[in-house]
Order: sequence, then C-alpha cells, then structure tokens
Amino acid sequence: MPQRIPVVEKILSANDRLALENRSRFDAAKVFAINVMASPGAGKTSLIEQTVKGLGGRLRIGMINGDIATSFDADRAQAAGATAIQINTGGDCHLDAVMVQSALFQLDLGTLDLVIIENVGNLVCPADFKLGAHKSVLVASIPEGDDKPYKYPGMYRGVNAVVINKIDLLPYVPFRMDFFKRGIEVLNPGVTQFELSCRTGEGLSGWLAWLEGQVKEFTAACINL
Amino acid sequence: MHELAVTESLLEIAVRHAQAQNARCITDLYLVLGQWSSIVDDSVQFYWDIISDGTIAKGAILHFRRVPVLLTCQDCGKEYQPASEEFACPYCNGTHVKVKTGEEFHLEAIDVEE
Repeated sequence: MPQRIPVVEKILSANDRLALENRSRFDAAKVFAINVMASPGAGKTSLIEQTVKGLGGRLRIGMINGDIATSFDADRAQAAGATAIQINTGGDCHLDAVMVQSALFQLDLGTLDLVIIENVGNLVCPADFKLGAHKSVLVASIPEGDDKPYKYPGMYRGVNAVVINKIDLLPYVPFRMDFFKRGIEVLNPGVTQFELSCRTGEGLSGWLAWLEGQVKEFTAACINL
Repeated sequence: MHELAVTESLLEIAVRHAQAQNARCITDLYLVLGQWSSIVDDSVQFYWDIISDGTIAKGAILHFRRVPVLLTCQDCGKEYQPASEEFACPYCNGTHVKVKTGEEFHLEAIDVEE
C-alpha cells in the first residue's frame, strides 16, 4: 500500500546552486556583476563598449563574453578598455554558472569593480540559467518589434532593467512604445527602463549614471557589512 | 527549457525523501507546474523515463498539476487570466499587477512503498 510523503520542495538545479557560489565570489571580492541578455543583434556588445568607454576612467571593468564561436565581442570590449575573457560555449545556447565559474578563475577579481557578463544572443534559454550576477539587464531594440514582452514573458519578467536600444530608428520602423511598455509593466512592475541609442549616444548618460550608482551602492554596502 | 537539469534535480529530491523514510521504491511523484514556469512537462517525462532507470524511482508515474496564470490587478482588485496578446487588466486597463499563480515549479509529494 503506497504511503504519501509530503515534499513541497522547489526544484533548484545544480546550476542554481553553483550560481550562488559565483555570487559569493563576487561579494567576497566586492565586485558588482551584471548579466546582459538580448536576442542577437540587439546591441549588447555596443552597449558594453559604450559603458566601458563611459565609465572605464572611474571604474575598473572586466567583461566575460559568451558566444558559440569567435572572440569578436571580447575583442571589442578589450579594445574599449576592459579586461575581457571569451567563453566559446561549443554549441550551448546560453551561458551557465559552470562556464562563468571557469571565467572567474581567469579574472583577477581583486583588480576590478564591475564585471559585465555578455550572454549568448537568445531570448529564451538564458532566462533559466542563473549565473550569480547581482543584476540582470535585457537589451531590447526597436527593429525587433514591440510584441517581444508578450512573446517572451519569462525573459522580460526576470530582469532588473530593460534597455530599449536603437531609438534613432523610431521614425523608420513601426513600433508602438505604449504597447511595448504595457507588456513590460505587467510582467515586471516598476522595472528600471532606459531608452537610448548606442550609435548616436542619445539617452546613454542615464544608463551610465544608473550603472555607476549601482556599483557605488553595492561597494558601500560591502564596506558596511 | 533544458528540462534534463531540472529532471535530474527532481530525481535527487525524490530519492532523498524516499530514503529518509527507508522506502523500497517510489511509485508516484506529484508536481506542480505553473503556466509561466517555462517548464515543458512532456520534456520532463521524456528525461525522467531515461534517468530514473536503475534507481528506486524506476517506473514511478509523474503527475503534473498545471496551474494557470492568475493576475491580481492592484488598481481595481479584480483577478483575471491574461490574454496572450494583452496583459493589462481587462476590467480597468491597469498594468499594476501581481502574479497570484502561474510561476510554480515544485515537487508537492511522492508515494512510496516500504
């Protein structure tokens, strides 16, 4: 006669447990980490380039790039002034905590204030794999269309900030900003949002100020512990 | 998405709880799966059949209790299931909402034999 055992336990995978370890390493080194996600071509690398150029004089920035192939993006970050590590996932469509852990062994965290992790271009899988970063950022772009929050609720729901890139293209492509923002607002009430263009520089200062503020707040909190 | 990792975790949790009760085998697992949990039950079943082989969970039946997404509008207080193309409150058009149900993914209970 079968006996019922109540369990009520969340199914936290081994990846999530390792992500917590990565987070501890960042915390111990007082390094603020962000996980930047987007579909291919939205502007992750461009945003990171502009971020390194804009804040590199005041913050020591490391960058971890995940791509199936090439070191194009790590090279661009390095050229902008960051210490960059390239992870080639060999076919995996997302970074996971194991890959980030291996990158952390290659970075001297003691010499950094901020680590920017650029995830593989993908709006689905990265949402399910925690890396151990403190905040996650989604880069959306105008040419992708305004229905993406509705089509990818898991991604839009889980992030701490949404950057809407390529606003310089608004006069040329159909995009209902109110429809787009309504989708975001329901899924992620009060999420921090930025509208900018990496290409023209419009709106970039707001993003830079927010990120720098996040790093300063984190560092101050570490000191007070 | 990527249900192998979560199915492995599911097996570990179930076996751990069964062994704590000195059970001989696990006959059933009861899972709660929210509509917005991004877990596909068919994929979990597929991986489960493979990885439970050779364990005390071999042959155990997975029961999925699916929970629909229910949002509570913070502006007018009404509950509703969002349409796939429009998430705002159908009563007052508000976007100030809280997810009441729909994001769950946990193992509720298991049935074992001593």
